[in-house]
Amino acid sequence: MLLIHCPYCEEARPEIEFRHAGEAHIARPADIASLTDEEFSRFFFYRDNPKGITFERWRHLHGCARFFNAARDTVTDKFLVTYPAGEAKPDLVEAANENAKGAT
Amino acid sequence: MTASTATQPNRVDGAGRLTPANPVRFSFDGDTYHGLAGDTLASALLANDIHLVGRSFKYHRPRGILTAGPEEPNALVGIARGAARRQPNVRATVQEIHDGLDATSQNRWPSLTADVGEVNDWMSPVFAAGFYYKTFMWPKKAWDTVYEPIIRRAAGLGVAPDQPDPDRYAARYAHCDVLVCGGGAAGLSAALAAAESGASVIVCDERAAPGGALAFETDARIDGQDGHRWATETAAKLAAMDNVRVLPRTTAFGYYAQNFVALAERLTDHLDEPAPSMARERLWQVRAKRVVIATGAIERHMVFANNDRPGIMLASAARHYLNHYGVLIGRTVGVYTANDSAYAAAFDLKRAGADIAVIADIRDTVDPALLEEAGRLGIRVLTHHAVVAAGGKLRVSSIVVRPCRGGSRQVIPVDALIMSAGWTPSVHLFSQSRGKLRFDEDGRRFLPGEYAQDCASAGACNGAANLAATVEEGLAAGEAAAKAARPKATAKPLSIKAESGGSWDGLMLGAGPNPEAGKVVKAFVDFQNDVTEKDIRLAVREGFHSIEHVKRFTTNGMATDQGKLSNMHGLAIAAEALDRPIPEVGLTTFRAPYTPVTFGTIVGHGRGALFDPTRRTPMHESHERAGAVFEDVGQWKRPWYYPRAGEDMAAAVNRECVTVRKSVGMFDASTLGKIEVVGPDAAAFLHLIYTNPFMKLGVGRLRYGIMCREDGFIYDDGVVGRIAEDRFHVTTTTGGAPRVLNHMEDYLQTEFPEMKVWLTSTSEQWAVIALQGPKAAEVLAPFVGGLDLSKEALPFMSVAEGTFAGVPMRLFRMSFAGEDGFEINVPGDYGRAAWDALHDKVAEAGGCAYGTETMHVLRAEKGYIIVGQDTDGTVTPHDAGLSWAVGKAKDDFVGIRGLKRPDLAGGGRRQLVGLRSKDGSTVLDEGAQIVADPNQPPPMDMIGWVSSSYWSDNCGGPIAMALVEGGFDRMGETLYVPMPDGVVEVEVRDTNFWNPDAESDNG
Repeated sequence: MLLIHCPYCEEARPEIEFRHAGEAHIARPADIASLTDEEFSRFFFYRDNPKGITFERWRHLHGCARFFNAARDTVTDKFLVTYPAGEAKPDLVEAANENAKGAT
Repeated sequence: MTASTATQPNRVDGAGRLTPANPVRFSFDGDTYHGLAGDTLASALLANDIHLVGRSFKYHRPRGILTAGPEEPNALVGIARGAARRQPNVRATVQEIHDGLDATSQNRWPSLTADVGEVNDWMSPVFAAGFYYKTFMWPKKAWDTVYEPIIRRAAGLGVAPDQPDPDRYAARYAHCDVLVCGGGAAGLSAALAAAESGASVIVCDERAAPGGALAFETDARIDGQDGHRWATETAAKLAAMDNVRVLPRTTAFGYYAQNFVALAERLTDHLDEPAPSMARERLWQVRAKRVVIATGAIERHMVFANNDRPGIMLASAARHYLNHYGVLIGRTVGVYTANDSAYAAAFDLKRAGADIAVIADIRDTVDPALLEEAGRLGIRVLTHHAVVAAGGKLRVSSIVVRPCRGGSRQVIPVDALIMSAGWTPSVHLFSQSRGKLRFDEDGRRFLPGEYAQDCASAGACNGAANLAATVEEGLAAGEAAAKAARPKATAKPLSIKAESGGSWDGLMLGAGPNPEAGKVVKAFVDFQNDVTEKDIRLAVREGFHSIEHVKRFTTNGMATDQGKLSNMHGLAIAAEALDRPIPEVGLTTFRAPYTPVTFGTIVGHGRGALFDPTRRTPMHESHERAGAVFEDVGQWKRPWYYPRAGEDMAAAVNRECVTVRKSVGMFDASTLGKIEVVGPDAAAFLHLIYTNPFMKLGVGRLRYGIMCREDGFIYDDGVVGRIAEDRFHVTTTTGGAPRVLNHMEDYLQTEFPEMKVWLTSTSEQWAVIALQGPKAAEVLAPFVGGLDLSKEALPFMSVAEGTFAGVPMRLFRMSFAGEDGFEINVPGDYGRAAWDALHDKVAEAGGCAYGTETMHVLRAEKGYIIVGQDTDGTVTPHDAGLSWAVGKAKDDFVGIRGLKRPDLAGGGRRQLVGLRSKDGSTVLDEGAQIVADPNQPPPMDMIGWVSSSYWSDNCGGPIAMALVEGGFDRMGETLYVPMPDGVVEVEVRDTNFWNPDAESDNG
């Protein structure tokens, strides 16, 4: 079972408190009604499936109930960083250093 | 000699650590035997000179006891404690005996010594590797009638229990700084070092007593004392420390992400009469900051013809039985080795009174000190010799020895043979942690290479060469782990001196320089799955070049012992046959569990009533008293129908349906999902979430809303009431409540975060009674306070707050049945009182309670959809005939763009229509396919399917709804529904079956 750090609760909690919610950083277009078919299919259907670092959404369902984003390595299942929804993609090198500092 | 040992011919006076004064009675295959407290079933059987304990899986070969530990592949027995407690495939080498232990051998009939299934052994050419795939291909029919039943009976091991497990299983979560897996010399050293520096430590060991190999390595000295005594005292010292938990009889069986390790603790299987309050086993789920893996090494057998005969065992096992249990496994013992450690066993056995017939050593050169000691003890050593075969059947009676480079064979009589091909480091947990193994060319073994998690290996599992290195590695690993977990703690480094004659080299893999290797003989690699050396060569010859394929074709390593003995031999033989180096051929994946774990331990408390929560509405007891039949709707128990005396389901449902339309009925709708949507932007938020417009919904008004996903398909539906300018009472489907709230929260938090809206689940706060039928208002009126129930004051599709018998109420005037009706919301705690009070009045008015089936029929009579029944995730509001609910003037809502996709907006969509059976009597099967031409040869073009279908007394016949291609344009067309009893002719019509001509202000 994974331990996931909730960026709002500021605590690592067991995976069973969380629900995965798909790829992160895909914003719903403001003028969604006027998208072309191609644009809409890009927005709605296409997802990355990387071997390596993926950005994904989680919800701390059985906790603060809030959505947040995470960078996770799909090979090792390791979380590099978690951060509130709406924040920009983090600089992963910096995040890794921050994590290392936090661990010691 | 005491009375108890008098009946145990192989028990040696003065040997071992058990107390002769503590005899234990047990039974094996119905006969009573004596052992000593502390015995395993295997040691007690061997004390009684019983080597033959079972029959093998495929060939029904007689099998004995091969090991003295959890790696045992052969000595599997059934253990019973009463009729309900029967466990198959228990390893006799692990099961401790207790008074009354009842053990039975397996896979034999009629008896262990005379087994009919033995015929498989003579027919073995038929049963070689892959025989399943080749032999039983055809005729196809024979699978069901001949092959499967016979094979299932003949091939197998124990018999599964046929009664529910009466035992309880406990579960614990634990956190610690350092988890130490293994309580041998390395593990105890690690635990001690970690504990002394103040870290919180859990140390577990699968055996009853700590010490690992120290149990038989009687020449080991640690910290100036006997190794086993040091282990016992160290474990006791650790157990007495506040920061340490010592878990005996506990197997670390699975290593998961982020140092999450699962342990199975066995609590009662070794007890005479466990207290009823005791759990049988306990699952520990441990999250450790650091893990020290100290799992030791497992000795491998030698591969030669008939190497599975009872009486043939690992050298370390024979030493274990003698030095710990005081049991001498034979009187005339042969030794076959590629390894120094077998010499120590031979010397111990010799000193205890056995004759060592010969030591056949496959190596050219042997440590002169060993040869010297052998000479002193009068033991003949044949270097560069192999044992090429064993004689005897139910017990080994002789061995055939031959020089490795060929030459004359000599037959040597023995009553036991001990063997050692070397030691395999137990890298299972390391590998499960996703660490990468590296092949140690010199030691011919895989060792931990690159680590993936915060763990360290120590001792024999890490390739430590001897006891001194093992203890050193253990101390270092324990200290480092504690320091990493608690950087600020300071501790003085420990130093413990250890020495022993033992070594745990990897050495020989595969069949070795055996002059008869590869012949048509049964030289077993995997005992439990009856895989021979020849099978593995055959697999390679047949083109299986990946070790994973070889494994599956031969089943090598796939038995319950997971190839602890066989994997390395199998790999080496395959590599040799492929003429490729071992690391290139690779190793199969190590998977959890390390040893078998009972389902009970994994399931714990989560069974029976605790398997899944059961949700009951506040009115549940009233429904029970009324004799309701319940149906499961998700986790809910809902009244399905309320049969009266003499009524079957159809009669009850027909009566309920007619009663609602004629007078009045009441229905428990409490399971509806409810969400309170509050805030200045509440209307704007719902306007985006639903396809319907919501900005202009008046306070006190209701609206039926449809919710889509972004793809344009219906996600949920429900009625929304505006309680105030900034407050809405949203209802969802019963099953949809959690996902609808999640869907709303998702949009609110991540897409529309600027909106000032708060969402609160109120599903459990409101109890809901649907009161439907022409007499609804009349029945309700006496209870209502503060409200005018006239249609002018409270029109259809409106909501008002008042009181019900003095209790706060939100009253919806609405109907899911197409009648005048209400949904009465009262606080959950008042639900039952309100139901009971109303029920009396309903009964007086000639009405009744109705269940979910009647609710379904009534709504189908009006053509109202149920999301998930009449929709399947590919149905748009337009397909469902609900275009009116999609706000045409809206510039945005969830699904607005999806609905414009060409495949959704184009023609040929399946659309929801009504169907009338032309014979006026046949109720169509829900799910039945619909065709246009019943005479078309298969495969027929299926143009739709029946989504809802009922008998309707109100309508005087069957009614059905269906999704049909281009259905809206097919009104009046005849279509066909093939059913099991023939094709039913149907006419397409609209979905409003009930009272379509009446003024429908309730529809």
